[in-house]
Amino acid sequence: MFKLFSYLKSYPKMVVLAPLLMLLEVAMDLLQPRLIAMVVDQGIATGDLSLIMRIGLTMIGVAIIGMMAGVGCTIASSIASEGFAADLRTDLYRKVQSFSFANLDRFKTASLITRLTNDVLQVKNIVYMALRIVIRAPFMCIGGIIMAVLINARLALSLVVAIPLLVLALSIAIARGFPLFAIVQQKLDRVNEVIRENLSGVRVVKAFVRADFEKTRFAQANQELIEITVKASRMVALVLPIILLILNLSIVAVLWFGGIQINQGNMQVGQLIAFINYLTQILTSLLMVAFILMAVSRAKASADRINEVLESEVDIKDRTGADSSSITEGELRFENVSFRYQGAKGEPVLKNISFEAKPGETVAIIGATGAGKSTLINLIPRLYEPTAGRILIDGKDIKDLKLNTLRKSISVVLQESLLFSGSIYDNLKLGNQDASPEEVSQAARVAQADYFITSFPEGYQTQLGQKGVNLSGGQKQRLAIARALLKKSKILILDDSTSAVDVGTEARIQRGLRELMKQCTMIVIAQRISTVHQADKILVLDDGKIVAQGSSTELLKSCKIYQDIYTSQLGKGVI
Amino acid sequence: MFRPSSGHQGGSPRGLGGRGHMFKGPLPKTKDRKATLLRLWDYLKEQKLLLSWVFMLVVLSSVFGLAGPLLIGQAIDNYIIPGDFKGLLLIAIIMGVVYLLNALFSWLQSYIMIGVAQKTVYKMRTDLFSKIQTLPVSFFDRNPHGELMSRLTNDLENVSNTLNTSITQIMASLLMVVGTISVMLWLSPTLTLVCVMIIPAILLTTKKIAGFTRKYFAEQQQALGELNGFIEENISGQRVVKLFAREEKSIDQFAKYNGKLKKISQRAQVLAGLIHPLFNVLNNIIFALLVGVGGWLVLKELITIGIIASFINYLKQFFRPLSQLANQFNLLQSAIAGAERVFAVMDEKPEQDQPGNRTGPDRIRGEVALQHVSFGYQKETPVLKDISLRVKPGQTIALVGPTGAGKTTIVNLLTRFYEIDTGSILIDGQDIRSFSRNSLRSCLGIVLQDTYLFSDTVRENIRYGRLTATDQEVEAAARIANAEQFIKRLPQGYDTVLSDDGGNLSQGQRQLLTIARAVLADPAILILDEATSSVDTRTELQIQEAMLSLMQGRTSFVIAHRLSTIKNADLILVINDGEIIEQGSHQELLTRQGFYYELYNSQFTVNESA
Repeated sequence: MFKLFSYLKSYPKMVVLAPLLMLLEVAMDLLQPRLIAMVVDQGIATGDLSLIMRIGLTMIGVAIIGMMAGVGCTIASSIASEGFAADLRTDLYRKVQSFSFANLDRFKTASLITRLTNDVLQVKNIVYMALRIVIRAPFMCIGGIIMAVLINARLALSLVVAIPLLVLALSIAIARGFPLFAIVQQKLDRVNEVIRENLSGVRVVKAFVRADFEKTRFAQANQELIEITVKASRMVALVLPIILLILNLSIVAVLWFGGIQINQGNMQVGQLIAFINYLTQILTSLLMVAFILMAVSRAKASADRINEVLESEVDIKDRTGADSSSITEGELRFENVSFRYQGAKGEPVLKNISFEAKPGETVAIIGATGAGKSTLINLIPRLYEPTAGRILIDGKDIKDLKLNTLRKSISVVLQESLLFSGSIYDNLKLGNQDASPEEVSQAARVAQADYFITSFPEGYQTQLGQKGVNLSGGQKQRLAIARALLKKSKILILDDSTSAVDVGTEARIQRGLRELMKQCTMIVIAQRISTVHQADKILVLDDGKIVAQGSSTELLKSCKIYQDIYTSQLGKGVI
Repeated sequence: MFRPSSGHQGGSPRGLGGRGHMFKGPLPKTKDRKATLLRLWDYLKEQKLLLSWVFMLVVLSSVFGLAGPLLIGQAIDNYIIPGDFKGLLLIAIIMGVVYLLNALFSWLQSYIMIGVAQKTVYKMRTDLFSKIQTLPVSFFDRNPHGELMSRLTNDLENVSNTLNTSITQIMASLLMVVGTISVMLWLSPTLTLVCVMIIPAILLTTKKIAGFTRKYFAEQQQALGELNGFIEENISGQRVVKLFAREEKSIDQFAKYNGKLKKISQRAQVLAGLIHPLFNVLNNIIFALLVGVGGWLVLKELITIGIIASFINYLKQFFRPLSQLANQFNLLQSAIAGAERVFAVMDEKPEQDQPGNRTGPDRIRGEVALQHVSFGYQKETPVLKDISLRVKPGQTIALVGPTGAGKTTIVNLLTRFYEIDTGSILIDGQDIRSFSRNSLRSCLGIVLQDTYLFSDTVRENIRYGRLTATDQEVEAAARIANAEQFIKRLPQGYDTVLSDDGGNLSQGQRQLLTIARAVLADPAILILDEATSSVDTRTELQIQEAMLSLMQGRTSFVIAHRLSTIKNADLILVINDGEIIEQGSHQELLTRQGFYYELYNSQFTVNESA
């Protein structure tokens, strides 16, 4: 938590100013009871009306100074805390941008989003509060004690009883209530989970006619949530009455002992009134401290989550003195590459992979789910780092190339096509900012996307919703392909990126690609034989190993797995 | 999940972009607010008895709260100044009792109110969830899930918090303000007038500031929404950002949103923060006036010192509830807005069965007929046009055609996820609209294009197909679907808990599980919607065997790209642009040399080279 406070150092003036101004405001507040006592004991007692008026005016002056200090403090702490949040967010975002896929896997998208949005807000609120109240409360408390002692030290002994009692009551409430609220959060998460599942899975629930089952499931989660909420809230509801009781009882005690002292002539009535005021201030400021402590410990979880991101090691970085020359040929070679996911045990995902792809060649990869096809291609743009062996492009180890240039010269179309909100045109131009409208529509034509884009009333300017929600899977895939084509790179990788496109369209895309990418190295992952059979080389991947490689005709003769796949899709008669 | 968008392909994409706007209206009007409050009251009034207890306790604790400062003044004037210790002891004891009762009553009222509030929220949540179960699929397609989620969680939470504290607080604060003013008036009308003079100033400042802050907070909310939207989209698409080496550009864009939010938030925060010092200064000025005027009055012997002491305490009591009231009203407003959004969902039109058609088709033979069926997601753009077909029990039907031709739409209609516009669908000669939806769906087995798994164990996920199935039956189904192999390799086997919609499984594995689920359901009619498209070919070979035995004796509709599936089908329906343009067996269609023939040749060009 406190580590994050270092983000405040860009706002040194504000950070110093805010508490100082708060100090001034508190000092002014603390003066008020004293002045009231003066009115009662000196003004009224002596019948000096002009003194009363003078003190009254002083009080107004004091109040105005206090207000100005308060306003200044608000401004300073707002600037500092909002700046803090913005800087922290920027750093987090920067960090996430530098993450490798392995880093991203570890954090999960949803959790990263929460960290960047909600968690930052939580911590910001604490900083804002800290700059104002954390300073204010102790000042008020200590100042109040000093003033109380100054008025009457013996009466101040009442504080020795009241403060520990209050602290005890608060600590018990916090110690008991806190774990309860943690459980409330868990139960709430559970309720939300059931709801989320029912929203996303509505077709499944309906198809299996499980409404009643789901209602029971939900009722259980709901019931558990309510029970614990009631318990926790009732625990917290106990706090305020108890604190008020302690406060009020101490006032009674002060009245009693103060009365005795006044009677003995050791104290004046005005002083007693002032003392009661200070007592109230001390105890309420203690209460504030308690609430802040609660808020801080709640925000601590957020701070921890933020720190986890900021401190995580980025595992793929440019090597010092990395080669920034661009890739000219696109010749790709795997040499005994093995790979295992970070922290995973057991067999590696890829074992001893070696193959070669020459410029202009198409290499297809085929194999079972989980055989390691996607993992293999993720290694080429260094999204993951091989555990052993090396990958060479144009004869250079990719570890020696600058990440930026490496990725700029490789186009990858992922299995899941991710689009951004904005126009179709902007989405396509993500591939190449400098592409001309002609180039954009040419790429769209090759990807068989042009005809459906132009069928939209707004054509290329059609706005896409978040992640392209208003397109079908096949349409999204075709846009993703067009986007990758615009990148004009030497190596094109397609990871099962036509799975949602019907076979006829796919065939047309393939023909176009072959035409357009004559000089490029193409790596294609596919499930369909029709997609891969014309490749120059087919790699058959099984359980992380290349079990066979060669042309379709060769593999039909020699590879049992390939024969199986072939016949399953095209029928026995074909061979 | 089948995206309705695939069915919308021919239609206007803008219409789809406009999804989710149905809820976004202007802020609720006062009249609606009243109606919302009345509906909330409908929920609350079931616990009228407890609520009246709460009310009584609030009144009692307020009365005792008011008595405190009065007694302080009395103690000073009547006992401390004259030095009457017997009297002082008595009044001290009275004060002790009063404070004790005050604490007790205020604790009791929150104790009861918490129970009342949570019971109410429980009921609202249950009602809302039950309601959601009755809503048609089109509702969920129309509204973004994030938005609905927020209604079910944030908005209800809002209502819950408000019920928990705001109602009693508002009552208590109002009572306190009114009570304090009355007692003050009784003690000294002149001094009260001095204190009350400042109230218009307070109201004016609060109103002015509140007006500004509302505006700035709305702007802030907007900027925050934009930033969150950007973050969500870009972090989800992080892999693309990396692949296109666009990190720097993305950081620049982020900085723009972030900077905007920072500037607006600073302004909003400053304004909101002003309220406190302003209240404070008004408070302190009143103190000055109080002692000034009060001192003068004491000198004139119109009031006593004790009254000044009481006044100082009352003023403190007066300001706290006043600022609390302002706070609580803001909370209440947002809770009402929340409740309104909750009620909006409750008012949605549910899927309704025609009365008297509760019972479903028992012992289905599986004869399915479509008669002149037409349908469009939007009235203007028909997706299916005058479709007619007849399927005999046990037949396998392959639906073939380009993306967006309307294949998934047929599935949507068979399951009555959507209602046909004209024509009719018959099962065993009976219109499916004459069955209740539940009984209709009970006899259909559906494997959807997008798998959906629940965060539960693998075992329970499969059991979803038939809740009464034994563990042995579940495992048998998994074996038939060829899922057992990978399940056994999972850390806890069948008892492995799936998280995040089965995020810890591969797409193929998830599909195997949904197939196992359908196997367990043992339906009379089977619908497979491209379910095998991303299972690898070897696994699929195994699945196909299982599927073939599953399809035995059942009417099956299959949307598949596999030639072998298509070839094995009894009937191939070639759908293009919402119409059945060809139907027949593989051989028949080939000899016809039409659309299918072309499709076949473009798909399986491999034949020529092989």
